[in-house]
Amino acid sequence: MNKSAEADIAIHTNNDAKMDTTTMANDLNNNEAGNTTASFMNEHKSPRQRKRERANARFHFYGFAAIALALAFLVFFFVDIIGKALPAFDETEVLATIHYSEAASKNYNKAIDKKMRGVVSRAWLRNLPAYMKAHPELMGSSVELWMLADSRVDQYIKQHDGHGLKSKHKHTVDAMLKDGKIRTVFNTTLFTNGDSKLPEYAGILAASVGTVFTLLITMLVAVPIGVMTAIYLEEFADDNRFTRLVEVNINNLAAIPSILYGLLGLAIFISFFGVPRSSALAGGLTLALMTLPVIIITTRAALRAVPESIREAAYGLGASNLQTAWHHVLPLAMPGILTGSIIGLAQAMGETAPLIIVGMMAYIPEAPTTILDATTVLPAQIYTWSTESMRGYGERTAAGILVLLAVLLSLNALAVKLRNRAQQSW
Amino acid sequence: MSTADLFLWFFGGLLPLSAMAYFLARGKALTSEKNNIRMHSRPGFYGWYTVIWVALPALATSLIFSIGHLFHLFSVPATMLLATAFTLGGAGLWFGLGHIKADFRARPAVEKVMRGVLLSAAIISILTTLGIVLSVIFESIRFFQVVPVWDFITGTQWQPDTAFLVGAGRADEGVGPLMFGSLPIFAGTFMITLIAMLVAIPIGLFAAIYMSEYASHASRGRLKPLLEILAGIPTVVYGFFAAITISPIIVEIAHAFGLEADYTNALAPGLIMGIMIIPFISSLSDDVIRAVPQSMRDGSLALGTTKAETIRHIVLPAAFPGIVAACLLAVSRAIGETMIVVMAAGLRPNLTANPLEGMTTVTVKIVEALTGDQEFDSAFTLSAFALGLVLLIITLMLNIVSTIVVRKFRQRYE
Repeated sequence: MNKSAEADIAIHTNNDAKMDTTTMANDLNNNEAGNTTASFMNEHKSPRQRKRERANARFHFYGFAAIALALAFLVFFFVDIIGKALPAFDETEVLATIHYSEAASKNYNKAIDKKMRGVVSRAWLRNLPAYMKAHPELMGSSVELWMLADSRVDQYIKQHDGHGLKSKHKHTVDAMLKDGKIRTVFNTTLFTNGDSKLPEYAGILAASVGTVFTLLITMLVAVPIGVMTAIYLEEFADDNRFTRLVEVNINNLAAIPSILYGLLGLAIFISFFGVPRSSALAGGLTLALMTLPVIIITTRAALRAVPESIREAAYGLGASNLQTAWHHVLPLAMPGILTGSIIGLAQAMGETAPLIIVGMMAYIPEAPTTILDATTVLPAQIYTWSTESMRGYGERTAAGILVLLAVLLSLNALAVKLRNRAQQSW
Repeated sequence: MSTADLFLWFFGGLLPLSAMAYFLARGKALTSEKNNIRMHSRPGFYGWYTVIWVALPALATSLIFSIGHLFHLFSVPATMLLATAFTLGGAGLWFGLGHIKADFRARPAVEKVMRGVLLSAAIISILTTLGIVLSVIFESIRFFQVVPVWDFITGTQWQPDTAFLVGAGRADEGVGPLMFGSLPIFAGTFMITLIAMLVAIPIGLFAAIYMSEYASHASRGRLKPLLEILAGIPTVVYGFFAAITISPIIVEIAHAFGLEADYTNALAPGLIMGIMIIPFISSLSDDVIRAVPQSMRDGSLALGTTKAETIRHIVLPAAFPGIVAACLLAVSRAIGETMIVVMAAGLRPNLTANPLEGMTTVTVKIVEALTGDQEFDSAFTLSAFALGLVLLIITLMLNIVSTIVVRKFRQRYE
């Protein structure tokens, strides 16, 4: 250790510690003057010493309490979110008669009895005319079948406050409940539908597909560029001004708030290059620039962990810089690079702010088919649902969060596992 | 022909051509080796050499054409672009194959180009910074042509749009001139950041002390990933949690004490943001505390101090610069945090010191200005970029200061 550093620290601590050291010395003197063998026994501690020991225990406890507090929050958080999300995995269905009539093919409301309107989901009924067109043989028949219930009925059955069910419908529902014409089933709608203006028909499918598209672009852009940058900086670059500039710059990029990447995406990709607003391409490119520093920094660490002897052995056999990097260093660093990419992917997946700025919070009922279509992503969907006032959206927001968290936590667990396996001692 | 089709044709043509070039050239080199003519480089390098001749000129010309098109300098029809690119590719194939001779040094040639490719990848990160800085500065300049800089920095009234008052039939109530005084917005940002730091610094620091000084190796290995879950939870989830669960609890508690609290109070987003930041402070401080040499601890303990006294008087002062750097990074993160405040803090700029009142932040105003349906050139939209500029300057300064502090700290112990 450096001598001046020691002196520096001594100066630092001197003021605070002066009092304590003098009293400590007194304590020691007292002990020496008294019975030396008993002085190390517990019953002969001076009050000063007891105080110091109590302070010692207190300090230990503070550290423990800080960790306990953080973990308690984590437990409270998960219990709260899971508790809010669980009801969303059930949906209510009602048994009612449906009339496939000429009138119903024009006005879907006429397909069911008048008193059932407001009990059966309007979004579900809206699909009837198209269904009848596809099955003309049904015309004129009446069938009793289970249909998706209106969100207010659903909330009423789940006994949530503020369900908003009108009293005339409440009587119908109570009667149906008695006749066993209402049942609760697993909510498949949540996973097979896109967004909807009616909460009972809203799902996360469109947002999930959008997330996959966006992250695919992010990874296809960020991983190659990030890995190439890291290889350049670690294996090729001379230690000159330019290299140092790039290094400082990457560290700064990692600290820039994500929302500023949104401003970049809006001004450069959308306004200047004319990438369609709200598209997976615009969002993916924006996220790629944001993830780039993470991938560069972790890849550099992985490359640096490969011992110099491997490189020297390759050089000794006549390999060039590129051959050494490509055939020897890169394969050995692969697990580390993979870990970094997964962490970057997880970070990009949970990011919302820059995507809102590039317009990815549009109302998207259908899953996108190309990267130029208007798209939304899972976090943005969670945000839009959380701003909806209807009661049914609340639990769907929590369910969306639970799905997102499950994916993110498994990605992170995978990264930790890979990292542990990759920690090879040379 | 649409841009997407153009891309499809371009790469659909170029990729097979490149693959063909690789296998033809490698085959040629292999045949020569079979005929006992020793080539200078491995056959694969001749393959890559030819690929470079095929792809690079084609890519370069189309890049020049695209730049000309984007800046409205000149415009080339898509078919002509494709024809030029493929002609150049074909010519490159012929030229590259012609170069394959026993004494031709393909490896250095390929390496030179690859080095260039890697260098251009490194340049992208610089372009990203430039892109952020330029996009924010250009739009800010347009904003400051309308609103004086001094009014923006010192004004206490943020009233970017009074059109909604006219729409609500309350035109006579206060349609004044547009006002862009950002002081209340920065005050709100400062308040929420302060609350977050009051939560994150003590908890994060004590957690770091516990993990580095008290916990066994095994329990540290378990605790650290658990704490890091806090940093892995998406901010939109924290925002939902702050708005739906924490805010009502705070309003209830305030009521119990006879206080009035808004549902958009600054306390809820501040608290949650603080919890989100705990892992940043704890893992950065953990690293610097562990970097303090063990000999210093041993020396102090040998003088008869307790463990707590050693930590307080020896370890923490030694690690102090690193801890300060960690806190500065945490502050810069709190200032730039968006979703938590968008969902849980208010929209109304409010110059107050009461954390139970609703207040707004820089990031909320940026999101509000850019997600509305105002046209892109209005002063209201442009104000987002001016706020972004200030945000960029503050976070960059915090980052640079913390980098310098950390470097000084490292020099001390290495």
